[in-house]
Amino acid sequence: MANDPIHQFQIQDLTGSFNLGGYDISFTNSALFMGATVTVITAFLWLASRKAELVPGRVQSVGELWYGMIDNMVNNVLGHDGKKFFPLVFSLFSFVLVANMLGMFPYFFTVTSHVIVTASLALFVVALVVVVGIYKHGLGWFKLFVPSGVPLAILPFISLIEIISFLSRPISLGLRLFGNMLAGHIVLKVFAGFVVSLGALGIGGILGAIAPLAMAVALTALEFLVAFLQAFVFAILTCVYLNDALHTHH
Amino acid sequence: MSQSTAATTAEFQVAEETTTAPEGAAPAGEAHGEAAGGEAHGTTAGTEAHGGGHGGGVFPPLDTKTFPSQLFWLVIFFAALYLLMSRFALPRLAAILGNRKARIDSDLARAQSLKDETEAAVKSYEKALADARGKATDIARETRDAVNKDVDAESHKLDEALSKKIAAAESKIAASKAKALEAVEDIAADSAAEIVAALGGGKVTKAAIAKALKG
Repeated sequence: MANDPIHQFQIQDLTGSFNLGGYDISFTNSALFMGATVTVITAFLWLASRKAELVPGRVQSVGELWYGMIDNMVNNVLGHDGKKFFPLVFSLFSFVLVANMLGMFPYFFTVTSHVIVTASLALFVVALVVVVGIYKHGLGWFKLFVPSGVPLAILPFISLIEIISFLSRPISLGLRLFGNMLAGHIVLKVFAGFVVSLGALGIGGILGAIAPLAMAVALTALEFLVAFLQAFVFAILTCVYLNDALHTHH
Repeated sequence: MSQSTAATTAEFQVAEETTTAPEGAAPAGEAHGEAAGGEAHGTTAGTEAHGGGHGGGVFPPLDTKTFPSQLFWLVIFFAALYLLMSRFALPRLAAILGNRKARIDSDLARAQSLKDETEAAVKSYEKALADARGKATDIARETRDAVNKDVDAESHKLDEALSKKIAAAESKIAASKAKALEAVEDIAADSAAEIVAALGGGKVTKAAIAKALKG
């Protein structure tokens, strides 16, 4: 049971169940870690910007780097009129990054390992793209699905592909993050479980456990990379998709 | 990630109780029996119980029963994060970066203006130097011209005086010469008359001698 790799994804009520319109909206371990994520981000950025020094200290440097990275990304991908979306992209990146990183602590719950969370964020992004696109370009925005310069004979086919590719965006955006976090944590847990199981078998087992232990260490490093990379990918894809809403020509 | 057996066992039993409670007392009892029975049995029962606890033996991330709660809290916390970021954290960081940029820009601008000032000062110094040099040349030339003029005037005056003196001297010389020549003619005439007399030529008139001398 100590080796059950699925247990870590279990949702548990922490305060007893609340109901809203017949839906169970209890405060769970998932909600607790969402709150922890928001708290960590806010507290860190508060610390980083507290002294507001001209020559930044270490914490302030990290805060500025964090800000600068997303600011550059938004500027490079969306151009000048993407400024309005900067707080959103920053929030998405920070939320995913810190939620992933908190998930790397043993016994901590990984908010982003649940498909409902990642899919909701992805659907929100794509819905925003549609809303902003129609708001900015009216119905002309739907030209996105009708590329110019394509022969009329294959235009319906191309449009169909464009529509399918657009509709698959929220799925790929949400599932990529979900799948990475889920699989990473399961694999890590499985290897860690091997270490414990083999270690219980005596001296031979302890020697045999060295390989999975090394693997677990390596995987931990890899998972830290994945935690950052997935947050980065989520943020940059959000920018790329929002770019379709702002500038229809592509 | 690895959890202590004691902790998971306790959780397992809690989960199991919640699962089996609606199904009836007898299966719950059996489940307890199995859990007490052995580790291997416990593990399989535990996995089933975990799944069963949230509907139809599904994998927790796909358990739709937990979706409303996660969605509800995600909306609340993400909205809170967005507001905290857009109203509080990001403006503060933007202010820090903006201040630094403004400071660097103003420093650069000040450096540029100081450089411009220096260049202007150097230019005005060079201009003053050139002016002074030009003025000095002018003064020198004027002085030289005035001196030259004075020298010319003096030398002219001197020349005039000299040439007057020379002319006077020349006329005096000419007069003396003429007088001397007259005297020479007289002497010659006298000498001629005496020579003629001595030679026995008798008396010769002065007029005849003069005529002969001119002849």
